[in-house]
Amino acid sequence: MHRSLGKLVGYIIGFGSLFAIWHVASVYLLNSILFPPPARVIAKAIELAREGTLWENASVSLQRIALGFFFGSLIGIPIGMAIGSFAIVRRILEPYTEFLRFIPATALITVAVIWFGIGEGSKVFLIIYTTVFIVIINTAAGVSAVAPNKIRAARSLGASRAQVFWYVALPATVPFILTGMRLAMGNSFVTIIAAELVAANVGLGKMIWDARLYMLVDQIFVALLVLGLLGFTADRLFRLAIYAFAGRFSPVT
Amino acid sequence: MTLVRLIGVGKVYRSLKGSDYVAVEDFNLDIAAGEFFCLLGTSGCGKTTVLNMTAGFEPATSGRVEIAGRVIDRPGADRGVVFQGDDSLYPWLTALGNVEFGLRMRGLPRQKRLQRAQRYLDLVGLNGQEHKHPPELSGGMKQRIQIARVLANEPQMLLMDEPFAALDAHTRAAMQSELAKIWRATRKTVLFITHDIDEAIMLATRIGVMHAGPASKLKGIVEVALSDVERDRTHDRFVAVYRQVHAMIRDEVAIAMRRT
Repeated sequence: MHRSLGKLVGYIIGFGSLFAIWHVASVYLLNSILFPPPARVIAKAIELAREGTLWENASVSLQRIALGFFFGSLIGIPIGMAIGSFAIVRRILEPYTEFLRFIPATALITVAVIWFGIGEGSKVFLIIYTTVFIVIINTAAGVSAVAPNKIRAARSLGASRAQVFWYVALPATVPFILTGMRLAMGNSFVTIIAAELVAANVGLGKMIWDARLYMLVDQIFVALLVLGLLGFTADRLFRLAIYAFAGRFSPVT
Repeated sequence: MTLVRLIGVGKVYRSLKGSDYVAVEDFNLDIAAGEFFCLLGTSGCGKTTVLNMTAGFEPATSGRVEIAGRVIDRPGADRGVVFQGDDSLYPWLTALGNVEFGLRMRGLPRQKRLQRAQRYLDLVGLNGQEHKHPPELSGGMKQRIQIARVLANEPQMLLMDEPFAALDAHTRAAMQSELAKIWRATRKTVLFITHDIDEAIMLATRIGVMHAGPASKLKGIVEVALSDVERDRTHDRFVAVYRQVHAMIRDEVAIAMRRT
């Protein structure tokens, strides 16, 4: 109780000072229409929320992230488990992972649009792409980090090889998988905005791009504020999941 | 009745550079059912290699290891292993979850395995701690979980690889007398690895002293015919056994020191 209260106070001071500095910088230091203060951005956010456009853009972006992130993880986890478990799989797949992970998703935006069109297909593809390699690499690292004695103990307690996989290797790797997913979530936010800036009909990136055309700086800031809040919330939820599962012995702090 | 038999066992580690390391050579040993056998040796003498081959973790490169007449070629539930460190425990499971792990893998019904796990947790003095996770428990308690986990599985024998070496002196002494008590109650066959002469005399019915490595083998065996009362570091008969064992291992320690 005492500690959670301390946490809450910390957050209030942290966010409070962020908004205070923003306000001071905007009103007293720059005093420019190009850098709106938080109050005006929040007012604009409320206005856009009432119109429904904010909700529409945010929910479309979030949905793209969620879909791509879900399928990216779904593909990445088993591949990472296989790479970490079997040397032969690692050798076969390493050229793919080591080559492709250095080609950022943002570099593939144009190709994705040509292949999958301007709609959801290209966006979800890009998020899957940006998610999958980070999840693979972290999962594989997690599997190879499982202490050999955990596996030896299970074998001499009577576990079959399949049971060692399901009841030892997999749970021991979960904190690493979640860490990979958490990093991938950050990348997904980068990628979706870049993709929507370049080619989209709707979304937070598109909202920023349109606002730029008409010099609606307030609206750009609304999108930025919403992005920050969504990212923060998503990351907190992830940390909660990691703690709920792995508790004190999680490699993530 | 002989339970475990090591016949001409050798272990050679191939290094990538091509220079082979002979860890153990022509190692012969019979362990009778119900015996507490301590394998005593200096560090690097290959005693853990002997245990690993008996556990089935590593194949012997020559000779063979048999349990009840069958040649060992893999780990099995008939040989329960207690490791030195706590990295063999499952931190995502509670103490109870760890102890019933083997029973769960082997398909025992839930009620039965919980009952049995609880019984062995009580035996090692962990009642009240069953719902804690290993990271919440002390080093001594974690080793108790390991012992309970292995006992609950009811193996034919226990293989213990310096299980108390990482504990502080007081906890170690307490764990030694607990283990002695548990062994008297269960009369399990034990192969116990240690480099501590006192510990070996406290626990063993026989002590096998190993030559310093490489190419190590058994130097000799000392019978420890001490009663419970005599298993006290200050007792005359304890000291007599100590002198006997120490005389055997003294030269090996000197050799090992020169090599490192």
